[in-house]
Amino acid sequence: MALLEINNLHVGVEDEDIKILNGVDLTLDTGDMHAIMGPNGSGKSTLASVLAGREEYEVLEGDIHYDGEDLLELEPEERAEEGVFLAFQYPVELPGVSMTNFLKESVNSVREARGQEELSSAEFLQQMRERADMLGLDADLTKRSVNEGFSGGEKKRNEIFQLAMLEPRLAILDETDSGLDIDALQSVANGVNKLRDGDRGFLVITHYERILQYIVPDRVHVMMDGQIARSGDKELAQQLEEHGYEWIRDEVAAAAA
Amino acid sequence: MSTSETEYLKGKASEDYKHGFYTDIEAETAPDGLTEDVVRYISHRKDEPEWLLNWRLKAFRHVRDRIDGGESIDWAHLDYEAPKFDEISYFSAPKEKANYDSLDEVPDEILETFERLGIPLEEQKALTGVAVDAVMDSVSVATTFKEKLEEKGVIFKSFGEAAREHPEIVREHMGTVIPYTDNLYAALNSAVFSDGSFVYVPEGVTCPMELSTYFRINEAGTGQFERTLIVAEPGAYVSYLEGCTAPMRKENQLHAAVVELIAHEDAEIKYSTIQNWYPGDPDTGEGGVYNLVTKRGLCKGDNSKISWTQLETGSAVTQKYPSVILAGDNSVGEFYSVAFTKGHQQADTGTKMQHIGKNTKSTIISKGISADVADNSYRGQVKVSKNAENARNFSQCDSMLLGPDCGAHTYPYIESSAPSAQVEHEATTSKVGEDQMFYCHQRGLGEEEALKLIVNGFCQEVLQELPMEFAVEAKELLDIELEGSVG
Ligand SMILES: Nc1ncnc2c1ncn2[C@@H]1O[C@H](COP(=O)(O)OP(=O)(O)OP(=O)(O)O)[C@@H](O)[C@H]1O
Ligand SMILES: [Mg+2]
Repeated sequence: MALLEINNLHVGVEDEDIKILNGVDLTLDTGDMHAIMGPNGSGKSTLASVLAGREEYEVLEGDIHYDGEDLLELEPEERAEEGVFLAFQYPVELPGVSMTNFLKESVNSVREARGQEELSSAEFLQQMRERADMLGLDADLTKRSVNEGFSGGEKKRNEIFQLAMLEPRLAILDETDSGLDIDALQSVANGVNKLRDGDRGFLVITHYERILQYIVPDRVHVMMDGQIARSGDKELAQQLEEHGYEWIRDEVAAAAA
Repeated sequence: MSTSETEYLKGKASEDYKHGFYTDIEAETAPDGLTEDVVRYISHRKDEPEWLLNWRLKAFRHVRDRIDGGESIDWAHLDYEAPKFDEISYFSAPKEKANYDSLDEVPDEILETFERLGIPLEEQKALTGVAVDAVMDSVSVATTFKEKLEEKGVIFKSFGEAAREHPEIVREHMGTVIPYTDNLYAALNSAVFSDGSFVYVPEGVTCPMELSTYFRINEAGTGQFERTLIVAEPGAYVSYLEGCTAPMRKENQLHAAVVELIAHEDAEIKYSTIQNWYPGDPDTGEGGVYNLVTKRGLCKGDNSKISWTQLETGSAVTQKYPSVILAGDNSVGEFYSVAFTKGHQQADTGTKMQHIGKNTKSTIISKGISADVADNSYRGQVKVSKNAENARNFSQCDSMLLGPDCGAHTYPYIESSAPSAQVEHEATTSKVGEDQMFYCHQRGLGEEEALKLIVNGFCQEVLQELPMEFAVEAKELLDIELEGSVG
């Protein structure tokens, strides 16, 4: 069943004459892992932001269905509650807000939406320890303020840690692999693989084929100028690694001519 | 002291308060205006010793001259009409009669907040001054509480009681940190002060509990000119809590309190305040309290320490600068403040750290938050005298704006005459970022939850300085204040 269905999505920037997405089509089935690659500025993060409900973007045309529902009708926090998770390309610092407080509110808000009981403090802390362990996240980080003073890699790991805590149905990873050292990449990939099951879906935005060796995608899409210019299986990532994007651009141009 | 015990005492103490021990002195009000007769009347009514009357009279002559000279305070970033000193009534005895006949007369905003804070109905009545008819025997609790303190030799009394029962200690210290000549409102307070608290902690004694005005027995309406004096003898420690999270509607618009702290050698005084007085009508600001307070601590002995921590959310106009005079060598002064203004509230707050002794150290952390059309100013002075070798100060003043129409201002004044001094000042102004809000939303948090989290985070450095239970209340209060500030 389609977990996510994007049809002819056109997106601009609110109140400005800028168009970023020019008719994106993409279907992700439950249990699927798709990778999105593509040059800088092609619209990958914009797509992720629109899925998460960022207000500065305006949907000009097209629609998005998530689990059969009209996703665009939902507020960002409702989407989160329904199981949409975005691991940010640039995670934000929340000075003075403790990780524990933040995650507890977050987890409980999502649990409540799912009709689950609030976790007790003990259960919650236990879960935090387990997941941090699983991802090789330094337990000290979970005692600090959210992302405040975290290194680039620590911030990325922290995103995956939150993903593990929230157990979303649709996880979008926006360049989570960039800036991770080799060990971190492995533990992040392991974490993602552990969460992979028949009911969840993953959209992994990346510039590097490397991570796709650990979390093997069912499909690879190439975003160019706000469209999916080409889709293929995992071999496509390999091809891009070797030849870059120019050949796809040429092919698209040739097809259009 | 366990939380439940504290809760219990709080409840009990406030019950005492509402029933009052004052049945025999049904209210009488002095004639309006500031005259020598009024000062004599106040002193007489309070059964004060001669020396205290004379002290008041000296202050009275001084303040009368200043008012007649046309003095007003116009340097602060505040816009309000100066009080008409000759139209104020300076004395009203504690009344058995309540401000309201029933809770129905209490403004809705206040009742809603009570609801949120989970304050029991009876206590709500006490706080708003609604007549209560339940009778309870709480004398035994009060006595246990008093016994505990007496065992250690700690004196915790109303100012008036202390002046009668411990004249030598009160006389020796009062007015030594804030002389009656200090400023207009302090002078006014010195002449006509109503009542307040007196705390004395003897040498080497750590006060066995947090002292809160909640617990003070026999506290009747301390009136608009509260006066507090805390003395910590060498090696003593005391933590004092003033105010409460419940919104307080005051009878009088003008409140000019004086708080003096004296820490002798190796002594430490921690003074925490939560102020949530009625800010006035949210749309017009009408009827709100003017809170014009002079608070100052003297680190008299070497290695002494005084810290002020405050959460200011109430009043229409707040003007206060809790300060520390660092006279003793190695003494430490701290100021941690959160001032939240919304609606039409105005706050001009800050501190003054005066370094006199060697190796003295001061820390200032100030967080100002404004919403709606409120105005919030920080005014801080760090003064290092010539002999204050190696004095160090660190100041950090952060402002957060929750909308386009509110204001934040920072006025740091630094004056250093000691070449070896290190003075550091940092200031930031921020809006709650779209990015931060979106990040929170993406994790399932709604508008209000997200804002609460971010603002609480912003204040964290200050809130963590509050005693535990006070901190929990403070957080809850901030949350309530933020409700309706979203958007
Ligand atoms: N709010 C905005 N206002 C104006 N332009 C925007 C805005 N958001 C995105 N853009 C532009 O839209 C284009 C796509 O940006 P986006 O961040 O989606 O790219 P990306 O594919 O994620 O790139 P990268 O690989 O560098 O992360 C860029 O040219 C960017 O400058
Ligand atoms: Mg991007």
